[in-house]
Amino acid sequence: MFEGISVKFGTIFKKLRGRGKLSEKNIEESLKEIRLALLEADVNYKVVKKFIHEVKERAIGEAVLRNITPGQQVVKVIHEELTRVMGPENNKINISSRPPTIIVLVGLQGSGKTTTCAKLGGYLKEKGYHPLLVATDIQRPAARKQLEILGKELGLPVFGDGRDPLDICRGAKDLAISEGREVLLVDTAGRLHIDEKLMKELKQLKKVFQPEEVLLVADAMTGQDAVNIAQAFEGTLGISGVVLTKLDGDARGGAALSIKAVTNKPIKFIGVGEKLDAFQPFCPDRIASRILGMGDVLTLVEKAEKLASEEDARQLEKKLLKDAFTFEDFLSQLERIKKMGSLQDILGLVPGLSLPNQALSFDDRQVVRTEAMIQSMTREERKVPHTIDGSRRRRIAQGSGTSVEEVNRLLKQFTQMKKMMKKMGKMGKFGKERFLNFGT
Amino acid sequence: MGYIFERLKRSLSKTRRNLSSKLENLLKFRGKINSEVLEELEAILIQADLGMKTTAKVLEKIREERLKEPADIKPFLKRELVSLLLDCPRSINLSASSPSVILVVGVNGVGKTTSLAKLASRFREENKKVLLAASDTFRAGSIEQLDIWGKRIGAEIIKHQYGSDPAAVAYDALSAAQARGIDILLIDTAGRLHTKKNLVEELRKIKRVIGKKKKEAPEETLLVLDATVGQNALSQAKLFKEALKVTGIILTKLDGTAKGGMVIAIENELNIPVKLIGTGETLGDLVEFDRGEFVEALFSS
Repeated sequence: MFEGISVKFGTIFKKLRGRGKLSEKNIEESLKEIRLALLEADVNYKVVKKFIHEVKERAIGEAVLRNITPGQQVVKVIHEELTRVMGPENNKINISSRPPTIIVLVGLQGSGKTTTCAKLGGYLKEKGYHPLLVATDIQRPAARKQLEILGKELGLPVFGDGRDPLDICRGAKDLAISEGREVLLVDTAGRLHIDEKLMKELKQLKKVFQPEEVLLVADAMTGQDAVNIAQAFEGTLGISGVVLTKLDGDARGGAALSIKAVTNKPIKFIGVGEKLDAFQPFCPDRIASRILGMGDVLTLVEKAEKLASEEDARQLEKKLLKDAFTFEDFLSQLERIKKMGSLQDILGLVPGLSLPNQALSFDDRQVVRTEAMIQSMTREERKVPHTIDGSRRRRIAQGSGTSVEEVNRLLKQFTQMKKMMKKMGKMGKFGKERFLNFGT
Repeated sequence: MGYIFERLKRSLSKTRRNLSSKLENLLKFRGKINSEVLEELEAILIQADLGMKTTAKVLEKIREERLKEPADIKPFLKRELVSLLLDCPRSINLSASSPSVILVVGVNGVGKTTSLAKLASRFREENKKVLLAASDTFRAGSIEQLDIWGKRIGAEIIKHQYGSDPAAVAYDALSAAQARGIDILLIDTAGRLHTKKNLVEELRKIKRVIGKKKKEAPEETLLVLDATVGQNALSQAKLFKEALKVTGIILTKLDGTAKGGMVIAIENELNIPVKLIGTGETLGDLVEFDRGEFVEALFSS
């Protein structure tokens, strides 16, 4: 379902490039596709409408004026607009000069408040603070127990004694003051934004304790309803920021755009896994790429830009087209990729490669072994890999300190990689240029 | 039947209000159906999370049928949406030889444990002997959560330590269920994203292990889906179905403003019936899904 979007984008830009010049009509055509992609990413209908309108105005002006690689111009405009709307980057937690600072986490049932409470606690602990986790969820069975177990794992104290949330917070504040804990992280019960009684309870809590932060915890998989939820929490309670959870799945995360658009409150952090350190500051441009369904192609382009000269790229492109890619080239590519950072990360950035168990899914240690194997080949073998027979494989394995199986695997991977590169080369002029020219 | 309908209607009142008030406005539109009306209709359907594909399909049908009067839209939509949903029984499969085993799976935070408790409570009301298996050995507090529910409902629970093998818990629970003459065994599992291969593999192992002990088991593998989730629900249903042969869906959190419209695409494209819907936080808030009522409740005014 999702690969479709990248492919679709591929064809849009192919179309645009073919024309050379960007007219209002073909911008409109491509914006139709982009609209679809955004809706498929669960961005709210109205938000999409407004967004497309804004982008159109900007794209027409700019692209026609400059008249250079219009396709790139359009994607740049879209990406920039998306980034702008979801930005600016702001993952500051307001810490009061008069401790204790109170941070309250609110949200629907199952959005991940308790886990986020613990993760944020761990994050602040790393920064040198001494948080106290406060369990006020007396609705869900064993919610307090959950926070206690997580707190223990992080080495953070948890407080949860009291009749009701207000009472618990009062006790927690006293404890924090007496024990010198400067941050209170208050976990609350999940509630529907239309549950007046429970929303009133939160309002009361806010009124009494004047928290420095009220963070809305929202599930990245949320659909069209994200605007209703965000609007209600912002409208009736008032929030200071958002934490977007469960971004480690395959959801495109359109909710991020919807929530930001209707509340104009910063998305501060994202949750990217079940482990307690799977918690990161929110990067608008990365999510923008994700919503567009392009992987982090722009980040990749940026990284690659620094490392590859155009001349290299042109030669490589020629080789790919002639199917003359050899182990020598592979080796120099490996060198280059190593400079760019973790291979797994890099591969994660390539659109269309997000599927697990792709031919290229090896880890970083594997790179070292791969290099050793290639270096144990003769010049001739590197150029004509199919001459590598059984005894040569044994020699290469011995020379590189690996095994024959590993050499076999490498040879197989190499063939697969060649195939894939060829496919990428065919991905349309636009895609190829992005990937091989490493430039804009 | 009437009772269920009222409940569903109440729980879907938000959906209904949104959809039908917009729809009513649309119907007041003077003149013929034109592109403006269709665009408005598209907005309504997409905002109900019906998804691009289903929405496009329905709009295409309206064009094909050459509907002209806005007043014809509503009955047509009802018919169309009902026909996209499966025509099949929605009851929970129980086998003649006890214990019947029900495995409950889903991503994090959709309401698996709560739904399982509600389901257990239904069976308890029918005076069935119910056993709960705490196979979520991962999430902190999950075992205690199930324990508390078990006590409230009057169902026994089989549990191990946190971090132990979920399949072993399920196996022990099935052995216990057989020994104690239990009617229904409900297995709670840890939430996991459908994209995490190794974690989904863990669920396959649970299925394998209980299948060894009782050939037909599990009689039901129920996927819990959150109505607030958008298009990703389809991906969840698809991957869980591929890995586990999901036999039914429980759609939760329909008491909010979320529309749960993805269900239509899921039933239509993946052939998995929605069996139950969750409409609130109390144990009784779990009702059988009925496609006619579902669509009726969406549109009745």
